[in-house]
Amino acid sequence: MAKSLEFEGVSKPYGPVQAVNNVSFSVERGEFFSLLGPSGCGKTTLLRLVAGFEKPEKGRILLDGHDITQIPPNKRSVNTVFQNYALFPHLNLWDNIAFGLRIAHRPEDEVRQEVQRMLKLIQMEDQGHKLPDQISGGQKQRVAIARALINRPRILLLDEPLAALDLKLRQRMLLELDLIHDEVGITFLFVTHDQTEAMAVSDRIAVMEKGQVRQIGTPVELYEAPKSRFVATFIGDTNIFEGVVSEKISTDHIWLRIEGLPPIQCYNDKQLNVDDAVHLSVRPEKIHLMRDMPEEKPKHNRLPAIVEDVIYKGDHTNFWVRIDGHRVAIIQQHSRFLLDEKPIRWGDQVWIWWHADDGYMLERS
Amino acid sequence: MKFKETALTFPSFGWLFLFFVIPTLMVFAFAFKPYDDFGGIEPGWTLNTLYEVLNPDFAVILWRTLWLSGITTAVCLAIGLPMAYVIARAHPRYKQSLLLLVVIPFWSSFLVRIFAWKALLHPEGFLKQALVALHIVQAETTLLYNAWAVLVVMIYTYLPFAILPIYSAAAKFNFQLLEAAYDLGASRWEAFVKVFMPGIQKGVFTALLMVFIPAIGAYVIPDVVGGTNGEMIGNKIAQFTFTERNLPLASSLSLFLAAIVLIPMSTIMILSGSGTSRLEATGVSKE
Repeated sequence: MAKSLEFEGVSKPYGPVQAVNNVSFSVERGEFFSLLGPSGCGKTTLLRLVAGFEKPEKGRILLDGHDITQIPPNKRSVNTVFQNYALFPHLNLWDNIAFGLRIAHRPEDEVRQEVQRMLKLIQMEDQGHKLPDQISGGQKQRVAIARALINRPRILLLDEPLAALDLKLRQRMLLELDLIHDEVGITFLFVTHDQTEAMAVSDRIAVMEKGQVRQIGTPVELYEAPKSRFVATFIGDTNIFEGVVSEKISTDHIWLRIEGLPPIQCYNDKQLNVDDAVHLSVRPEKIHLMRDMPEEKPKHNRLPAIVEDVIYKGDHTNFWVRIDGHRVAIIQQHSRFLLDEKPIRWGDQVWIWWHADDGYMLERS
Repeated sequence: MKFKETALTFPSFGWLFLFFVIPTLMVFAFAFKPYDDFGGIEPGWTLNTLYEVLNPDFAVILWRTLWLSGITTAVCLAIGLPMAYVIARAHPRYKQSLLLLVVIPFWSSFLVRIFAWKALLHPEGFLKQALVALHIVQAETTLLYNAWAVLVVMIYTYLPFAILPIYSAAAKFNFQLLEAAYDLGASRWEAFVKVFMPGIQKGVFTALLMVFIPAIGAYVIPDVVGGTNGEMIGNKIAQFTFTERNLPLASSLSLFLAAIVLIPMSTIMILSGSGTSRLEATGVSKE
């Protein structure tokens, strides 16, 4: 696949802070690519650099192989969907959507056809005469997308487009975004601080922190094989244990020494050696919780624990248990009818276990 | 509750009624009164005083008043728009200082500032001397006591009244809309004209009125720097009021002046008013 967008050593300082610090990566053509990170991580600055509202201090940005670093925003074939939509309040929806084509002096016949096509795409065919003040947030969102897409950009930039919507609407708009992406087939660059949003729609995600890209990968890669403690904790919830490799069991497995716990077995995908320091990440849904002691099996880690907190959520229950100074989160899915079982309560003595291959080691830096 | 809110406006309504509505009506009434040669007002009603306004002598002055006010307004808007834009976009740290600079002239007396201009434009004044030294004007050219002097001083005086309302509209403007316009391919100029100008049009309309209305009734400025070649209708009204003691004629001229402002203004307001209600109607009916 051809590269749609490439960053080559891009830096952008804001005063003393490096908002974007020596970032290099590329986005494939047609990809739904997300920039994910906490506020202030530089994701919005990166998006504004692509739009052309900011100029990098160092580095180059390439669009379909052409250097666009010095091209002003009105000459770039990228379009933006702004966080607060930025619809022109004095123009009705039709004229808002037609804005880009009219600026480009396209014949009015073509403008009419294209606006109709866009209104159809966003399912608002009969509402072109309305003013932006007369429609809901979700509709404004759709108009903003139509106004950007009508210019047939190479890349659509989306700056936290769902942040202003309520939860239910956000989920529906996510699906719609995905459908629109499938329909128009261009590259989407999506900025968000919400990991569930990014996971739901992205082909790949770049996780950013402090102006740098920490990891790029598919949602599954980021969730299952995070490269750092930051990525592991930012994408989903996890239990992190600090440990040291105490012994090699085989070429694939090792014993970890973790303060307060018996020796823990772990899959050694990183070929670590004795005395190497690691973080062990075990996702809450990968830990099993039971009332009775589980039978001993190879490659199983089983530990006695005391239940500290229980939150019942219907389809699953969140437990927090204590093991010698460690507080461990566990998610238990309920696939059976629950009323027949004797529930586990606060203060109960329980056993937890997980398979050695379900923990994931992160190098300690 | 509703009554209480209305009651709060009684004092201001009372004040305006007593000291604005009644005097204005008196002025309009005087315009239809006959007068005698000794400054008296005769009983009865007449249209003769109004006809006197159509005298060609007045027409010259009326025309001058109109073009001076018109150009003053145009120039004040042309300077005020970019200035208001710059102030609204300025870093918050400088914004207050820039606004202060616009307002500072009001801290000194209006009359003193006009006399300062007289000193500047005077044949022996600093500005005149400097321009002559730079060979921009000839030594025998007079900068003072003509319509151009009036124009320059009026623009100077009324400029803040153009900047401030446009600024207050621009300060509320969402500048991300300009980014959206660039993003959609607009040049800076296109974004300014197609997005910024419509966004602040109320402020521009207010600025237009705030400059044009005082300019058309100006009297002190032409009196001090205008001479006989720079006379405006305001001077004639003052002359008939104070010197010639002809209140009916002064009132007729005032009525004329008010009509020049009120007729186009109310037409615009009625037209734009019906425009919005039509828009709202379509929005509601489709809902």
